[in-house]
Amino acid sequence: MKNKNQIPATILLVLGAVLTAGGIFLLVNRFSPMWSFSHKYMTDNAIFVMLGILGLFLGVVGLLLSRSLFKEGREIQEGEGLKQHMGMKASARISNTVIYVLLVLISIVWLVPFFCIVVQSFRVNPTGMTRYLFNNPDAALKEGLTIRFGLDNYRRLFQETKFPRWYLNTFIIAVVVAVVQTIIVLCMSYTLSRFRFKLRKPLMQFMLILGMFPGMLTMIILYQVLKDIGLAGANAMPGLILVYVASSGMGYYVSKGFFDTIPKSLDEAARIDGATRAQVLYKIILPLAKPIVIYTVLTAFMGPWGDFVFAKYVTGVTPEAWNVAVGLQQWLSTSTNISENYTMFCAGGVIVAIPVVILFMCLQKYYVEGVTGGAVKG
Amino acid sequence: MKKYSDLEYLKLSKGERFKYKFLSFFAAIPVAIGNLFKGIGGWFKKAGLSIANEAKDIWTTFVQGDWKTKLSFLIMGFGCLARGQILRGLLFLAFELVFIGYMVLMGAEYLGLLSTLGTKGPYQMTEKIELMPGRFREVVKTVTYADDPTIHNSFKILLYGVLTIFFIVAFVYTWRVNVKQNKIAEGILRSGKKLKSGKDDLRSMVDDKFHATLLALPLTGILLFTVLPLVFMILVAFTNYSSAHNGGETGLFHWVGLQNFQTLFSWDVGGVNYSATFGEILLWTLIWAFFATFTNYFLGIAVAMIINKKGIRLKKLWRTVLIMTIAIPQFISLLYVSKMFTLNGLFNGFLMDLGIIHTAIDFWGTPTLARVMVIIINIWIGIPYLMLIATGILMNIPADLYESAKIDGASGWKQFSKITLPYMLFITGPYLLTSFTGNMNNFNVIYLLTGGGPHVNLSNGAGNPGDTDLLITWLFNITQKGFGEDGAQYYLASVIGILVFIVVAVISLIVYNLLPSVKNEEDFQ
Repeated sequence: MKNKNQIPATILLVLGAVLTAGGIFLLVNRFSPMWSFSHKYMTDNAIFVMLGILGLFLGVVGLLLSRSLFKEGREIQEGEGLKQHMGMKASARISNTVIYVLLVLISIVWLVPFFCIVVQSFRVNPTGMTRYLFNNPDAALKEGLTIRFGLDNYRRLFQETKFPRWYLNTFIIAVVVAVVQTIIVLCMSYTLSRFRFKLRKPLMQFMLILGMFPGMLTMIILYQVLKDIGLAGANAMPGLILVYVASSGMGYYVSKGFFDTIPKSLDEAARIDGATRAQVLYKIILPLAKPIVIYTVLTAFMGPWGDFVFAKYVTGVTPEAWNVAVGLQQWLSTSTNISENYTMFCAGGVIVAIPVVILFMCLQKYYVEGVTGGAVKG
Repeated sequence: MKKYSDLEYLKLSKGERFKYKFLSFFAAIPVAIGNLFKGIGGWFKKAGLSIANEAKDIWTTFVQGDWKTKLSFLIMGFGCLARGQILRGLLFLAFELVFIGYMVLMGAEYLGLLSTLGTKGPYQMTEKIELMPGRFREVVKTVTYADDPTIHNSFKILLYGVLTIFFIVAFVYTWRVNVKQNKIAEGILRSGKKLKSGKDDLRSMVDDKFHATLLALPLTGILLFTVLPLVFMILVAFTNYSSAHNGGETGLFHWVGLQNFQTLFSWDVGGVNYSATFGEILLWTLIWAFFATFTNYFLGIAVAMIINKKGIRLKKLWRTVLIMTIAIPQFISLLYVSKMFTLNGLFNGFLMDLGIIHTAIDFWGTPTLARVMVIIINIWIGIPYLMLIATGILMNIPADLYESAKIDGASGWKQFSKITLPYMLFITGPYLLTSFTGNMNNFNVIYLLTGGGPHVNLSNGAGNPGDTDLLITWLFNITQKGFGEDGAQYYLASVIGILVFIVVAVISLIVYNLLPSVKNEEDFQ
C-alpha cells in the first residue's frame, strides 16, 4: 500500500528545496554588487534580506518536516505509528499549520540578531555601525564606500588587539571556577540534602535571607580588599577567581533538589554494609548524580565566561587583565569606538559565543534537566 | 471584613468572588506583618532562654568538675590533653593561642578605634624640594597611611573591627564547646568507658561528622566573602564613607547616625529631591519586575504548549533555536541588540528601507518607549527559561485530567484555564516569587541595554539616575560616578541596598505565606 504521507512529504521536499535555494541566493546576492542582479532596478535592501531569511527558514523547516514525514511513512508501512496517524483531523491539520508558521516566525525573531552579528563580523569596510546589513548600493553610493566582506576582522582581532590575551584570561578563570565551584556547590547541596544536623534549617534560612541583599553591594568592599592585597588591576585573575568561587555555596538549590530525588534507602543499604559517609558519597551518590554534576559545571563555566560588571570593576584600566566581556564592551563604549571597531566587536562576539554554544548544544539534555528539576522542586 | 465559608463562597457570582479574593489578599497583609513581629519576638524569647540555660550549664560544669575541667576554663583544651585526647586538646590550645595573638597584635587596637573610626587622618604637609643648589620650592603633599604608619585608616578599622567581633564570637563559641567537652569526657570516664582517640576523631570526620567536613570550605567562603562584606556595607550606611572620605587616602570617615537615611528621604539636598527620585525608581523597579516576570511567564507557557502540542514535529529544533539566547553570553546578545535599536541601528535602517517610517525612531531616547523596549527585549532573553521549565511541568500533568475534561465537553480554553494554568501556578508559585525578586535586581538587562538612560525625567543627583534605572543599577552608578563634594557616595549606595533588601524581604514574606502551594500543600498531590 502506498502511504498517504508521501504526497505532502514530496510537496514539502520540493517546496523546501526551492525556498532554501532562493533564500540562500537572495542573501548571498547581498554580499557583492558584482553578483547583484537587482541593484540597478531596486534598492530595497531590506526586502531582499527579509525575503531571503524567510525563504531560508521556511525552506529548512520544510526539508526537515518532509524528512520526518518520510520517516513516519516508512514506520506506517511497517505497521507502527498507524494509530497516531489516523487520529489527525482536517481541523487539527489547519491549526498545526498555523502553529508551524508561528514557530517559524518566533525562530526568525530569535535568530535574526545572531544572524546579523555573524554577517557584520565579516564586513571589512566600513568597520563602523551601519543601518544596513549587507550591501546597500544606495547607502554605499551616498557615503562613497566600497563595501567589502572578508576575514580581516578576525585576523586583526588576533594580530592587532589584545583579544587573545583576554580570551586566555577568560578561559583560565572560567575553567578554574567551573572545577572549584562545582566541588563547593556539590558539597553544600549534598550535605543539606542528606544530613540532618541541628543547624541545618537555620543555615538554610540564613542563606535565603542573605540572598535577598543585592550582591552588588559587596562589590565596593571586595574591590578595596583585593586592591589592598594586590589582587586588583594587573593581577586581577586570582582575585576574580577567589571572589567568583567564594560565595558559590549559596547557589545550592538546584542540585539539592536533585539529590533529594535519589532514594535514601541506597545510602542506608551501603551504611549497613559498613561504608562510611564519605564512601557513600563517592561510590554511590556521585555516579548517580552525573546529570547534575554536568549541569553545575556548565553553569559555573558560563558565569565567569560572560561576567562583565565585577570583572570591569576589579580589572579597571589594565587591558592585560581584562576578560573578553570587558574588552569587547569598550569597543562599543564611545561613539568613536563604535564607528571604528563595531565589526570587530561582532567578530569577537562570534568567537566568544562559539565555544559556549557548542558546549551548550552538546550538554543541552543535562541543562534542561537541571533547569526543570530546580524550578519544580523550589 | 467578613470571612465566607466554602459553601458561601461558591454561591457568590464571579465578580463578587474576585472582589472577595482581592480584599482578603489585602486583609491578610497586616496579619502577615503581625505574625512576622510575633515570630521575631518569639525568637528573642527563645534565644534569651537558651542563653540562660547555657550559663547555668557552664556554672554547674565548673562547680562539679575536677581540677582538669576547672583549669580548662582558663587554658582551652587542657582537660582534653590531660585525659589523653591529644589531637582535640592541641586544636583547642592552638585556637586560643591564635586568638590571643591576634587580639594583642591587631584586634584590640582595631576594636578600640571602632567607636570613632580613627582620629588621626591623612594630613597635608608642605615639603621643601631643592630644584637647584640653593633654590627651594615648597610643595604641598598629602601624607597618607602608606607613608606614615601612625595614621589611621577608617576602612581598615571598620573592616578589621567587624572581623574582630566575628573572631570573638567564634572564640566564645569554641570556649563553650571546650567546656562542654570536659563535661562529656568526665561523664564517659565516670561510666567506665574509653574516650575517643585522635584516630577516632579523624575517622568521624569522614563518617558521622562528615557534614561538618563538607560544609567547612563553602561556609568559610560565604562568611568571609558575603557575610563580612554585607555587615561592613550595612554599617557603611551609618557613616559618611565616600570617595572623598575613603579612609586611607583622601580622609577619614566617621559615624553619622541616621543622617544618610534622612538624606534619602528629604525633599531638598543641594537642589536634589532624593525622596522623589527614590520613589520614582522604586516604582519603575516594581513595574519592571511585574511585567518582566509575567510576560515571560505566560508567553513562556504559551510557547511551551504549542511546541509540545500533539502532532507538532521537530520539537527539538524549536527548543534548540530558543535556547540560543541562554547559550550566548548576555553581554554579547544584549549589547548587540541595544545597538540594533539605536538611531543609526539596523532596525531603523530596515524600517526606513521598507518605507514604513521616514525618520528614525529614537528607541532609547524617550522614557516610555525605552521602558517598553526593555521589557520586550527581556522577553527575548527570558522566554526560553520559562519554556524549559513549563515543558517539564506540562509533561507531569496527569493526562486523565484532560481526558475526563474532554468527555465532559470542555473546550481547549476551558481546559487551559481550569487545569493547565492552576496546576502551573500551584507548582511554580515559589519560582514566580524568586523570579520577581530576581527581576527587581536584574542588573544585566538594564545596564547592558540602556545603561539607565534616557535621562529625561530623572537626571539630577548622585549616580545620575535615568528613566530605566532600577534601584540596583542606580546603586551601581552611585558607586561609579562622583557627585558633589563627596564624590562617589558609597554611603548612599549602602542605604539604597538596605532599602532594596527591606522591600524584597517584605514582598517575599507576604507573598510566600499567601502562596497556595505553601498554604495547602496537598491540593494537587
